Parts: sequence; structure tokens; C-alpha cells
Amino acid sequence: MSETPKLKVTIDNITVEVPAGTSILNAARLIGGDVTPPAMCYYSKLEGSGGKCRTCLVEVSKGSEKDPRPMPKLVASCRTTVMDGMEVKSITSEKVLDARKGVVEFLLLNHPLDCPVCDQAGECDLQDLSYEHGSAGTRYEFNRRTFDKEDIGDKIQLHMTRCILCYRCVFTAEQLTQRREHGILDRGDKSEISTLLGKSLDNEFIGNVIDVCPVGALTDKTFRFKNRVWFTKAVDAHRDCPTCSGKVRLWMRGDEVYRVTARKDEWNEVEDWICNTCRFDTKEVKDWVIEGPTKVSRQSVISQNHYVNAKKPQNVLPEVIGKDPKLLMDIHRVSDVNRPEIELSKIDGPAHSDDFEKKDK
Amino acid sequence: MKLLLEHADKEGIRYYEAYRKHGGYRSVEKAFKMTPDEIVEEVKKSGLRGRGGAGFPTGMKWSFLAKPEGVPRHLVCNADESEPGTFKDRYLMEFLPHLLIEGLIVSSFALGSHATYIYIRGEYAWIVDILEEAIGEAKANGFLGKNILGSGFDCEIYVQRGAGAYICGEETALIESLEGKRGNPRIKPPFPAVQGVWMRPTVVNNVETLAAVVPIINMGGDEYAKIGVGRSTGTKLISACGNINKPGIYEIDMTQSVEEFIFSDEYCGGIPKGKRLKACIPGGSSVPILPANLLLKTAKGETRTMSYESLADGGFATGTMMGSGGFIVMDEDQCVVRHTMSLAHFYNHESCGQCSPCREGTGWMYKILKNLEYGKGKMSDIDLLWDIQRKIEGNTICPLGDAAAWPVAAAIRHFRDEFEWHVLNPDEAQRRNYGLAHYADPIHVPASA
Ligand SMILES: Cc1cc2nc3c(=O)[nH]c(=O)nc-3n(C[C@H](O)[C@H](O)[C@H](O)COP(=O)(O)O)c2cc1C
Ligand code: SF4
Ligand code: SF4
Ligand code: FES
Repeated sequence: MSETPKLKVTIDNITVEVPAGTSILNAARLIGGDVTPPAMCYYSKLEGSGGKCRTCLVEVSKGSEKDPRPMPKLVASCRTTVMDGMEVKSITSEKVLDARKGVVEFLLLNHPLDCPVCDQAGECDLQDLSYEHGSAGTRYEFNRRTFDKEDIGDKIQLHMTRCILCYRCVFTAEQLTQRREHGILDRGDKSEISTLLGKSLDNEFIGNVIDVCPVGALTDKTFRFKNRVWFTKAVDAHRDCPTCSGKVRLWMRGDEVYRVTARKDEWNEVEDWICNTCRFDTKEVKDWVIEGPTKVSRQSVISQNHYVNAKKPQNVLPEVIGKDPKLLMDIHRVSDVNRPEIELSKIDGPAHSDDFEKKDK
Repeated sequence: MKLLLEHADKEGIRYYEAYRKHGGYRSVEKAFKMTPDEIVEEVKKSGLRGRGGAGFPTGMKWSFLAKPEGVPRHLVCNADESEPGTFKDRYLMEFLPHLLIEGLIVSSFALGSHATYIYIRGEYAWIVDILEEAIGEAKANGFLGKNILGSGFDCEIYVQRGAGAYICGEETALIESLEGKRGNPRIKPPFPAVQGVWMRPTVVNNVETLAAVVPIINMGGDEYAKIGVGRSTGTKLISACGNINKPGIYEIDMTQSVEEFIFSDEYCGGIPKGKRLKACIPGGSSVPILPANLLLKTAKGETRTMSYESLADGGFATGTMMGSGGFIVMDEDQCVVRHTMSLAHFYNHESCGQCSPCREGTGWMYKILKNLEYGKGKMSDIDLLWDIQRKIEGNTICPLGDAAAWPVAAAIRHFRDEFEWHVLNPDEAQRRNYGLAHYADPIHVPASA
């Protein structure tokens, strides 16, 4: 195999060598850490994605060895390919930090920060982005854009109010399914994701739109509000699937499989697309060959419930008072929650007090 | 000086016979005696700059067109004309359709386009019929179709109607729309010259630009370049409107001073009822507004002329742009805050919604401006507006973001006191009725209509 010549690119004073055609963003991902620009719309597994959200803007302070002139404007690093000798500023550029802050503020104008009641909390790219690159408050004083919830299929819930119009689900539907029934309607801040005149999303691979959605706009109806993601434990598993690779991640609590998703890499992108059957219809432990706990980054809230090297915080109270504290009320007994005979994952929709009564009486 | 509108008032000029009688289609006959490269060279020599807004040198743009072996190329005429204040292409096509078709044939030959498109604004429905009739006449007389004038060159012109979206005037959105898709701008690179319509190399030019190719070929690039001044060669169509006595389309050579253009009887004829000039947006709504003192004289105190360089003199601090030549004049009674609000509303409505700064920022600016205009604004809103426009400008996929930011920036830069007045006098701001008098002026229609 002949060696393709590598190009040298320096990002925030760190130099890497990459093959021609690599984007600045992917070069930065090789370096990793804070240098890597955030990305909300780019998705390496989707052709043509990127360029839209503008969170990944960087400053090119030197174009290349041949043409060292700086680029006049900030560029979208996900759609700009590197040149040999290019010098890029990401977090070392005031302009970039300022622009990124601006973009985060724009994205949050119409995305409610109601993470406590959003199913995506803990797995939301926008939550991370605003934490890392935004400011604490917004200067926006007007009513936010709201939409009615829309039923776009029996397994997928669309809540446009949270959508940041990254177009990822549109690309996914276009590239993974034969018949594309959904896309963007209207323009500007009135744009919305919707289906063609009330059609539903029921293609074999359409469930993947849930995985690519960076926020809680598209959620899995078979899992929505059944649990918070940090209460579940993630394990990698596979099965012999005639449609897809069958390589998935199971989100379990006890022995119950609450949710099945594709496996994601460190950039929160799926490693392999999975089919609807694996995702929605195969939720028994016996359906799967379990490979072991998923490796989860220590920073993630999901690591809360993670076994690998998990350290339980020490409960100092018994030591301090010299005995176990007396419980005023045993919430588990009183509420009937977590009773072993009730399988929360099997209940149709979020658990409700009625569900417990029905089974008891 | 009239090159494009020279025969505009001749009887029946819309039809082939009269057009031909007045020297029409001579440039096609001449062009077929030249090689395509020679035509491109002539256009380069003419110094013609694109008349659609950005003013990019046309000859240079043409020479960038990729010519891969065996891959068709396309010429697309941008007749979307949706910039508020700009209405020149409309008249050119309505009264002189053959001039555009003639320019298109010569340009298609130069660029090797056998299928050429006119992408026309949907609202110009009646002009579609005029163009199609003229295309039929040109074809019947051997100027279109197979083997034009025995030259061996084949060319068809197709007219495609848009659905009335401003963004479809942006060249890559236009291409998407032409391909039957949603009119979202593409991310560049690749540029249309490499991958345009159906991924084939494509040139997109404005109506006026392509019409100007006719006099360039007829008189020669060098002669054309002698008209005008500096890098503003040839003539420019200006669509003048607002508070002037004679709104309409004027063909000027770009040595014309702005002052004379507004006040002389030959052109706009001054401001109605003897009112004073307050401000002007000289190049279509997206270019920065200038207050009267900076409009007539540059910051250096020189007479400002209607040329690309002179209008841009001083950068955005004290200058503006030629843009598409939509010349909007405001008298002393006009409220800059209200006008800016109206423009912000337009850009908010027309943003395609692909990129977050434009999608969200334009709406935010409009809402703040609306508050200010109706006496509900705060002092801090003015700085906030400034900050928002700064965060949109330069950070979007296509120049619509800039087009939305510049009017706001320029209005605050030059008329901050007026914004503050709105904050300090909320009651009066609410009561003051600016009316819509400046929209009520009838648009001048040439007698031959
Ligand atoms: C939002 C937007 C709208 C535009 N609308 C038009 C238009 O209506 N007509 C036009 O000729 N150019 C328009 N342009 C400019 C075109 O993108 C392109 O630059 C032009 O058609 C090139 O032609 P020229 O080189 O002959 O000027 C628009 C640009 C933007 C960013
Ligand atoms: S629904 Fe999700 S994936 Fe689709 S555009 Fe909105 S935010 Fe992006
Ligand atoms: S700048 Fe505005 S119009 Fe242009 S691509 Fe972005 S959202 Fe669309
Ligand atoms: S990730 Fe690059 S623009 Fe969205």
C-alpha cells in the first residue's frame, strides 16, 4: 500500500498530521480534549451533514504553507478541510469563544432549559454545550416558540419545542430508509420538523433518528419517562439479527431491559445503525448475548450508575452518630415503587400510581 | 448614457421584429465569428461587474468555470429579484425581453451551455409569458435551438418560476430550488463553478449582467470599459424609489454624483413638497443606510458618486455599497427605527432557517426593534441589538445573515439618537404616526406599456 502524504495542521499550538481531505474538526478530534470544537449538527456517519449550527466555528490564522494569509471570517470546522501548514485557533481565540457563546445563546433562545422534565437530560449535547460554552443567563425576554407535540409514528415522539433544527434526523431518514416521509416545513424560526401530511415514521431503520437527535426532540416512546438515564446501567450486547449488525447497548435496571440503543463512540455518534426490531421489540434479557458493561466516560452523569471501577461514596453518618440513622419513613414500602413483581419497563408509558393500584387490587 | 435602455421606448420593441429592426441580435452574429475564449476575454476587458449585488467581476467568474471533459455546463440567469427596493430586472425583462435572450445566447456560447435557465421570481408571472413568447420568436428566427445560425452551436433556454422566496435569489439556494428541492443555500465550497446545477459546473448571473454582454460584444470590451470610472465600468440600472418626485428605473454612467441623481430633473427630480433629505439606502435593502451628510460627500469631503468604489468609500463606518442598485430615499419625516424594524421583519420572514445565528438572531432583532418602535424599549436594548447583529454577521452559511445584520448595524451607528428618542419618549413614540406615505407613490411605468 502506498503511503498517502500527510498534511500538517496546528490547532491551538498542537500539531497533528492528517490525511488530505480531513476536516479541521476531525483533526481536532484526534487531539481531543478542550481543543475539539463542539458540534451539534455534524455527524460523521451522515453524508453531507454539518455546516448548519455554527457551534464549531474556528479561526484560521494561517491558511496554509503555500498561502499563509489568514481566512477573513471564522469558518465551520466541520466543513472546512485542512491544508498543509494550516494554523487554527479554537479555544485560544477570543473571537471564536465570543462567537460560540453567541451561537449557544441563539440555540437556547427557543430551546427551553427544562432539563429536569426532559427525557434527554443526562444525554443531551445542548446541555453539555451550554454548560461548557454558554453563559448562565439569557438576554432573551420574549415568549419562546412552542409547538404542539406531534405523533409521527407509534414508536417515536416528536416534541418540536425542543428541536434545534440540526437536520440530522432528516439526513438519517434520507440516507437510511427507502421512503423518506419527513423533513423540514416552513422557514426561519417557524421551521419545523414534520412528516408528509400526517404520515408516520415507520421505516425499518427510522428508529435511528432518535439516536442522532442531539436534544430531546425525538424520543423513544417505549422508553420515554420510564426512567432517568442515570438510574440505568448500560451494557453492550448483541444478537443475531437478519436486518442489522445487532450490536447494541442495553439500558437496564436490575434484570429489566428498559431501552435499546445503538452503541455510541466518544463523540456521541453511533458506531453502527440498528434496526427497529432490535431497538423497540427485543427487550428481554434472553434475546441478547451480553458482552459486559459499557465503558462510560467518567465525566458523564451516566457514570453514576456504572459498575466499572465504580466507587460508592462513603456514608459517614453512622460513624458520626455512632449508629444507623432511624428512618422516619421507608419510601420504598410506602410508595410501592421498585416492588420486584412490577416490571416498570413493561408498562405502556410512564409509570403512574394507577399502575400499582391496578396490579394490587 | 444609455446602452441597455437605448431602445426601450421604441414601438413594439418587446417583439422580435422591432427589436431586430433596431439592431437586435447583432451581437450573436458577431459572437459566432469569435471563439468562446475570445468572448470571455472581451467581457474581462470590459471590466463588467456582476449587477446582482456582490459586484464580482463577471469575466473572472466566467474564467473560473470548470470544464471537465464530457460534462455539460450550465448558465443560469438569476431573475429572482427579491431585494426590497430593487425592481430593475423586472422592467428589463418586461420591456426588452429580447435583450436578455440575446445576452443569454452569447453568454451560453461563451460558456458552452446548451441548456440555459432563467430562474424567475414567482410573482413575475406575467413576465414568464413575455419571456416565453420572446424565446419562441427567437427560436422561430433561428437564434435558439439546434445549430444556431449554422454555427453548429445548440442552445435552449428554459424559464423556471420560483415560488416567491427571497432566499432563492442566493445562487446556491437558487440552484437547489431549480433542482426541485427546498431552497436552502449550499455550504461552499464546492462553488457552483465546480459543482452547480445537477453537480455540473454552473455560472449564475443577474439579468442586468447578462443583458450588458450585448453592448460589450457590439462595441468591444475596451470601448465599454471607457464608460464610467475606475473599476465601475459601463452603465448601471438604478431603481429609485422612496421620497422622490420621479421614482423609476434610470440608466446611469457611474460618474454621476449622488446629489445630482437625487435632485436633478433628469433623474429623481428631488424630494416631494420641498422636504429635506434625511437618509438613503442606495443599493437595495441589505446595504447600510447612510445619513444625508455622508451620502452626498464622503468622509474625506469628496463628492460621492454613484460608483462601486465611491459608495463603498470609508468602509461601513462612513460608506455603504452599490449592491443591486435599489435606491431608497428617505425624507425628514421618515423614522429610521420604523424602517429598520420593517427590514428586520423581512429578513426574519425570509431566513431559510438552516443556521442558528440567522434563524434565531433575525427574529430576536425584529422583536426588540418592534418594542423600540412602539415605545416599549429600554436603553440597554440598543446595545443588545448591536451585539446580536455582531454575532450574526460573518457567522452564517450564506450572506443573508449579513444582509440582515448590516441595516441594523448602520441604523444604530448613524442614528443612535433616534433609537434613544424612542426609549426616552415612549408615549410619543406610540402616538407618532409615520404613516406609509412613502409606499403610496405610484411606480413610474414607461408609456409604452
Ligand atoms: C439572500 C440573497 C438574495 C439574493 N437575491 C438575488 C436576486 O434576487 N437577484 C440576483 O441577481 N442576485 C441575488 N443575489 C446574489 C446572488 O447570490 C449572486 O451573487 C448573483 O446572482 C450573481 O450574479 P452577478 O455576478 O451577475 O451579480 C442574492 C444573494 C443573497 C445572499
Ligand atoms: S428533531 Fe432532533 S435531530 Fe431532528 S432537526 Fe430537530 S434537533 Fe435535529
Ligand atoms: S444565513 Fe439565513 S438564509 Fe442563509 S443559510 Fe443561514 S439561515 Fe439560511
Ligand atoms: S457542527 Fe459544524 S456547523 Fe454544526
